[in-house]
Amino acid sequence: MRKVSRLSRFNVASLALGLAFLYLPILILVVYSFNASRLVTVWGGWSLRWYHEFFNDRAMIEAAWMSLRVAVSSATIATLIGTLAALALSRGERFRGRTLFSGMLYAPLVMPEVITGLSLLLLFVALNAERGFWTVTIAHTTLTMCFVAVVVQSRLGSLDRSLEEAAMDLGCDPVRAFVAVTLPLIAPAIVAGWMLAFTLSLDDLVIASFTTGPGSATLPIRIYSEVRLGVKPEINAICTLVIALIAVVIVIASLASKLSSSQGESAAPL
Amino acid sequence: MSARRIFARPARLAAIAPYVWMVLFFLVPFGFVLKISLSQTAIAQPPYEPVFDLMAGWGALKTAFAALSIDNFRLLVSDDIYVFAYVRSLIVAVTATALLLLIGYPIAYGMARLPTRWQAVAMVLVIVPFWTSFLIRIYAWINILQHDGLLNQILLALHLVSQPVVWLSTDSAMYIGIVYSYLPFMILPLYATLAKMEPALEEAASDLGAPRWQVFWLVTFPLSLPGVGAGVLLCFIPIVGEFVIPDLLAGSNALMIGQTLWLEFFTNKDWPVASAAAIVLLLVLLVPLLLYERLQKRQLEQGR
Repeated sequence: MRKVSRLSRFNVASLALGLAFLYLPILILVVYSFNASRLVTVWGGWSLRWYHEFFNDRAMIEAAWMSLRVAVSSATIATLIGTLAALALSRGERFRGRTLFSGMLYAPLVMPEVITGLSLLLLFVALNAERGFWTVTIAHTTLTMCFVAVVVQSRLGSLDRSLEEAAMDLGCDPVRAFVAVTLPLIAPAIVAGWMLAFTLSLDDLVIASFTTGPGSATLPIRIYSEVRLGVKPEINAICTLVIALIAVVIVIASLASKLSSSQGESAAPL
Repeated sequence: MSARRIFARPARLAAIAPYVWMVLFFLVPFGFVLKISLSQTAIAQPPYEPVFDLMAGWGALKTAFAALSIDNFRLLVSDDIYVFAYVRSLIVAVTATALLLLIGYPIAYGMARLPTRWQAVAMVLVIVPFWTSFLIRIYAWINILQHDGLLNQILLALHLVSQPVVWLSTDSAMYIGIVYSYLPFMILPLYATLAKMEPALEEAASDLGAPRWQVFWLVTFPLSLPGVGAGVLLCFIPIVGEFVIPDLLAGSNALMIGQTLWLEFFTNKDWPVASAAAIVLLLVLLVPLLLYERLQKRQLEQGR
């Protein structure tokens, strides 16, 4: 009897090549950030030279600091508002304006960023709002809260609602039932949502370009300006530092989730 | 009244803050785009006729409406630059999405057939690059593809070419960048669907004598269509409006609509035309969305 093998050599090769394709460019970038030569494509030995250059580049440092502040601020606001939106959509049942509401939340997910950026700039100009930290933060919050809402709503959808109902049958009012029962259960999704919002904000170039003002460029805007003038070794170092930062955030988050899951297991017998 | 309904009341109230936020920063801005797309260009700061002055009263509002015109939309239709940009964007998006499907499908299938504990590892490995900065990854490819970059060094060393190949500022570089950046968006929906498929179905077809290629086209692929649809939609729509990748990798030989819109806005300072281009782009993108929604409804009906 001939049997289709579950995993053929072709499948393994496809998987390996695909992952190699995804990772090799990043690894090459990291390695060349330690290149001693000013020529980006000629290896001149190991060096930390370009890291020193970055930390002495005031404009780059200020841009990095701006990006971090915007990312933390917009991710936090987006997580608060996005979680509320997810709660309304998954637990609010019918309410007036629900269709428009969900439409507004899903549209930015697929909309080209040039349109999002353009529309928000026109708003800020009409309001005579000075463009800078707050306009970028508002723009990033608007984009990323939609992702948070999707992540948290997905988690809420998979919860057993009888847990909330049991809490209320035992005398809790809805708010207390939410805080005591629902919130702990969706906490991992909220953390994941925050991280996603943070990364998307840190990464964004297009929307930031439209909504930022003179003297408040974000790091992607700086990198983009430099890259358009040609490759420079300093950019390799900056990019590697950003990769390292995001890697640290991911590791911390996964450690936190492991800790919470192990606590959950130990609490089970009680 | 049931506990569920009691819980629903405060949950409904939770909609207020996000609702207000999205109306203010999503819907209202769209109103401005629409208004300005119907405005005339002006040599001013900002470079368009003023938005309504609500303080001026009803008469001024009537005057403002009378001043609206569709000149900007006429320009989009009559000027070859814009038509070409839209067409080029659609062609690039279709081609890139097809490439993504061809490349992503075997990877997703391989992931779905791994032993269970390895599937989680593979999933993480596919997602992690997504967490790396998008701009950084494009920059990495610029390094690799430039004139004396790594790719040409390798090709020359292996004597596959006799002189450096021009990669940057070509469509090849742009497609590499797009496929590279959007691959996770194709793999994940495909994997989600393929992982739920019962391998026994494929084994049954094989036991009944079907060759491997027939098992794929008659069993595997039809069952994975929901994942294919989701992946295609998630890739096609953003690629149409893509700006950064064509700008950095393809250069300015033939612009996509995202680049044209950007240039119109920042370089030509023609905000009304940029706004009109944005409106048209949105209308163009509604088509695949509506098609997808119709397909989904049809699948649901067939499922019953």
